[in-house]
Amino acid sequence: MSAPPSPDEGLSPADLAAKYGLSVSGARPGLVEYVRQLWGRRHFILAFSQAKLTAQYSQAKLGQLWQVATPLLNALVYYLIFGLILNASRGMPKEVYIPFLVTGVFVFTFTQSSVMAGVRAISGNLGLVRALHFPRASLPVSFALQQLQQLLFSMIVLVLVAIGFGSYPSLSWILVVPALALQFVFNTGLALIMARLGSKTPDLAQLMPFIMRTWMYASGVMFSIPIMLRDKPAWIADVLMYNPAAVYMDLVRFALIDGYGSENLPAHVWLAGLGWSVLIGVAGFVYFWKAEERYGRG
Amino acid sequence: MAETRIPTVIADDVHIVYRVNGAAGGKGSATAALSRMVGRGKGEPRGVRKVHAVRGVSFTAYRGEAIGLIGTNGSGKSTLLRAIAGLLPTESGKVYTDGQPSLLGVNAALMGDLTGERNVILGGLAMGMSREEIRERYQDIVDFSGINEKGDFITLPMRTYSSGMGARLRFSIAAAKNHDVLMIDEALATGDRKFQIRSEERIRELRKEAGTVFLVTHSNKSIKDTCDRVLWLEKGELLMDGPTDEVLKAYERETGK
Repeated sequence: MSAPPSPDEGLSPADLAAKYGLSVSGARPGLVEYVRQLWGRRHFILAFSQAKLTAQYSQAKLGQLWQVATPLLNALVYYLIFGLILNASRGMPKEVYIPFLVTGVFVFTFTQSSVMAGVRAISGNLGLVRALHFPRASLPVSFALQQLQQLLFSMIVLVLVAIGFGSYPSLSWILVVPALALQFVFNTGLALIMARLGSKTPDLAQLMPFIMRTWMYASGVMFSIPIMLRDKPAWIADVLMYNPAAVYMDLVRFALIDGYGSENLPAHVWLAGLGWSVLIGVAGFVYFWKAEERYGRG
Repeated sequence: MAETRIPTVIADDVHIVYRVNGAAGGKGSATAALSRMVGRGKGEPRGVRKVHAVRGVSFTAYRGEAIGLIGTNGSGKSTLLRAIAGLLPTESGKVYTDGQPSLLGVNAALMGDLTGERNVILGGLAMGMSREEIRERYQDIVDFSGINEKGDFITLPMRTYSSGMGARLRFSIAAAKNHDVLMIDEALATGDRKFQIRSEERIRELRKEAGTVFLVTHSNKSIKDTCDRVLWLEKGELLMDGPTDEVLKAYERETGK
């Protein structure tokens, strides 16, 4: 192998690479290119989320029936405790309170599980990240999508609960779609942020349940914020009601429940929902993309 | 022909460092972790141990070459391969490549709870194939794996497969795609004798289509059969780089075979 001195002799590796048009392996693509790559992987993202969803119950005897049975049991437990045992209504008629509560739990769970899945999206899939090429954002997006599908099963139960307590289907129910779409974008942004944080600090998986529970109690899942904070300074209620979790819960409740009118919602609530969704969605995506080339180091 | 050697992969002084949480100090107890957190100092956070897996490797690979990577266990072969593929970020130094190098393997994307059928689709999508491509090759993949030779196994969850069957399906999925720069990690030829012959054949085909091939294996025979150049790694450093015969002879002398 005594090759004659080639014209490339003496070129530095970087110059040699430039001469033959080689690119740096594993470099981060530009933002637009990244979005394009991610779009190219949409089939994988969808298939991966569905696969995860199916895999969850594949060992159970009842199989996919659990997709609906789990939220149904959840709703029953809440009905048992709050409706029958405590007979709570928290300043609302009971036929409003139970659907109010169940909606709150389901909608908040959507955000909560997206966050939790986001934390482990990279750190829990290092094998995948180290074996195959794909825009890493596929993973958190896919997990958020899995939670969305999970929520759609819960919505079946929610519809039953609403009808059971005297709220019948009407045109306003259509508003659930934009409300959940906004929440999905918000959740995806949050999952992207958590995925980057969790890839550096897996300990977050231990910490997040406590933060999420605090957030849940502060967002009025089980009580109406304006009624509960009647005697307190108004700004506290305002801050709590404009927090994204409360905004999305209120939007869905307003759409579904007959006795839950617009007097319970803060002003410009749709604008707030849109604002949160765009802000966190875009910020989360950019924040995640900034570290694209560093995922997988462990 | 020797004049126009076109480089496809250039590694320029590549260093790779793994950071391992919770492995420092030897003691894994909670109090030890706490005292590490409290008594932090000296730059690097305590409780994190660094493993310097690849230390300053440089080489240039050219189109049409088949390069073998040898070295004892833990010498950094697989790590170097992942860095070339751009899957592991380098600590310092750069890897330049022509096109997107791919590692042959889809293990991580497959799920034992899903049927073989769905795993073929999922694995294909994970490798970046389109739905149409997968539909086209689906039957080939299943036939190649031979999963259905003993009944309709492809519609059963993968966790019910024997380890040999699982390995066969994984290889069949991974080998379904053509690559510019192809990297093959050891222990590919799994399964029974019949399947081994079939997979070796498929690797040869893939090699023909690929621009450059990297092969990591402990089998000197398959290196001799397939590679014309060998890189010898030891403790993360490039010990030798040259024609197969030369390097293998030195390696065998060193390891006492």
